[in-house]
Amino acid sequence: MTPQSSFLPKLFRTTAFKLSFAYLVTFAVFAFVILGYVAWNATKVLDSQIIDTIEAEITGLAEQYRLAGIRRLVAIVDRRSRQPGASLYLVTNFQGERIAGNVGSLPPGTLNEAGQKEVTYARLDEDAREHSAIVRVYILPGGFRLLVGRDVDERVRIREIIGRAFGLSLLLICVLGCLGGWFVARRVLKRVDDMTAMTETIMAGNLDGRLQIAGTGDELDRLAQHLNAMLDRIGELMAGLTEVSNNIAHDLKTPLTRLRNRADEALRGARSAEELRASLEAVIEESDNLIRVFNALLMIARLEAGHQSEGMADFDAAEVARGVADMYEPVAEEAGTELKVEVEPGLPVHGSRELLGQAVANLVDNAIKYGTEGGRPAAAPVTVRARKDDDTVIITVGDRGPGIPVDERDRVLGRFVRLEEARSRPGFGLGLSIAAAVARLHGGTLKLNDNQPGLEVQLCIPARAAGSA
Amino acid sequence: MADMRILIIEDDREAREYLAKAFRESGHVADAAPDGLDGYALAREGAYDVLVVDRMLPKLDGLSLIRSLREQKVDTPAIILSALGQVDDRVKGLRAGGDDYLPKPYSFSELLARVEVLARRGTGAARGEPTSYTVGDLVLDRLSHRVTRGGQEIPLQPREFRLLEYLVRHAGQVVTRTMLLEHVWDYHFDPQTNVIDVHVSRLRSKIDKGFDRPLIHTIRGAGYMVRDTAK
Repeated sequence: MTPQSSFLPKLFRTTAFKLSFAYLVTFAVFAFVILGYVAWNATKVLDSQIIDTIEAEITGLAEQYRLAGIRRLVAIVDRRSRQPGASLYLVTNFQGERIAGNVGSLPPGTLNEAGQKEVTYARLDEDAREHSAIVRVYILPGGFRLLVGRDVDERVRIREIIGRAFGLSLLLICVLGCLGGWFVARRVLKRVDDMTAMTETIMAGNLDGRLQIAGTGDELDRLAQHLNAMLDRIGELMAGLTEVSNNIAHDLKTPLTRLRNRADEALRGARSAEELRASLEAVIEESDNLIRVFNALLMIARLEAGHQSEGMADFDAAEVARGVADMYEPVAEEAGTELKVEVEPGLPVHGSRELLGQAVANLVDNAIKYGTEGGRPAAAPVTVRARKDDDTVIITVGDRGPGIPVDERDRVLGRFVRLEEARSRPGFGLGLSIAAAVARLHGGTLKLNDNQPGLEVQLCIPARAAGSA
Repeated sequence: MADMRILIIEDDREAREYLAKAFRESGHVADAAPDGLDGYALAREGAYDVLVVDRMLPKLDGLSLIRSLREQKVDTPAIILSALGQVDDRVKGLRAGGDDYLPKPYSFSELLARVEVLARRGTGAARGEPTSYTVGDLVLDRLSHRVTRGGQEIPLQPREFRLLEYLVRHAGQVVTRTMLLEHVWDYHFDPQTNVIDVHVSRLRSKIDKGFDRPLIHTIRGAGYMVRDTAK
């Protein structure tokens, strides 16, 4: 375990511990209020009992006095005074001198007025210890005063008992609270420490590491699950980035090498001005290709950054589809196929005509390049369709080529991805990436479907609402 | 077309000198300015046929420079060179008063072809376009959309007609593939495949096939030119 010196302060700072402490204080206050209420009520009940008893005795004694006179009263008071656990009795003459009873001292003036009061007193038979009592003074006919009272020690005892109970429960709350808080905090702290340790190793480069899930479904588990999901995503992105870098390295290195070789060859091998010229032209052509790749890459980056507002306008996607098809029609014919164009008139969209044109051109270009070879003669046309479905404009380009296997479809949308069969043909593997990025920029999607046989690429973008025309 | 006066406004010394040298070797007169303010002063004073303006310039950027010139009623055609090749940048450039826009890196032949086309437009020779063009024995009538060669009518599709129209309008000048894409199809992107070549070769088979002298010539590394070689 972690050394005490650093563990304890850390423990005190944990949320679990702070929460425990707050609960502890709350419960202590709560206990205090409840016990206080109980004590107050108990006292009240006791007091009213005492008052009732005193009342009854005074009534009885007064009755005796009325019937039998002062002697009889003194006799009864004397007898009762001597009983164990007796109430307080005092009979005095009108001057306040004691005639009978067990009360030794009273605060001066107690007997001057009739009525109920709370006083301190001392008993005759005991030392001068003072007690509290509720007493009632009754002025008998003839100037005698009768005092009957009862000790309220009981009340004090009950308060003591409740006070002790409070102290005990406070102690218990403190001990249990601290223990609970410590236990919970330690548990949480340990898991958080584990998570921290794991994230540290992950940050150090071990991207395969994942946080442990305790399986309790608590908030820490949920947090761990989310962090793991985030790590998965980061891992995917990293893998994608690595793949893209590798592809860039490969796909740019190849033409760069060719470029270098051409230049080298021109330097060493060229014998005539004519040959030198041809070599240089080849060098320029090769570098133009490289520039194209860079432009395409930059374009994708820009599209994916998603800010392209200047070139955005309302235009007709049908015109774009027809225009691009028209542009590629002779290319298709030269490739030994034909372009079948089925375009609904009037497909209003908002966006960049230029970019959509580029995207459709890429799709048609691909369809002609990859969709016509593989032995199929001109009987396999490339189709360009555009239609409106509810509020979506759908442009589909289909071919009858070898198609793309289902599990490869997501991958080919990535940058520089070219299926093995395509490696030998010209192209950079950026066409579909660009088309997909254009679709996304317009708030649409690019889907690859099976054309049975062949590939059908579907570019969907939202149609412009008729009202905003 | 020879002997144009060209002003190059470009802050990168190497690029500036390369362009000046290349334009001079192509038979033109080229001046150069290293920053926006110098360029602005030269452009206002000198009688240039074309301005070649880099978009990012110290002191006064290319777009502001052109905007200021236009406000001063200096209408010299300007082509903007920019490392920013995106659609919205082109739109901004043209909106500022530029006449053409060429993303970097460009090939010099592309720039030269565009500058020559701009220069001719600027001289006013092509202002108020004629109703027909004649190159050798080829006549293109813009009103009736008819093309004849040696008195013989050649049927063309609308797209082929537009292509030929652009070529003969710039007869004697190099027209690049991207220029054709821009003016015939109104797109500025890179079509990857040799789309334009296919279109031109089709057109060529209709125009030149069966005639002694070809009119459509391929200029290696640059583009095409319509020219009557007999002249």
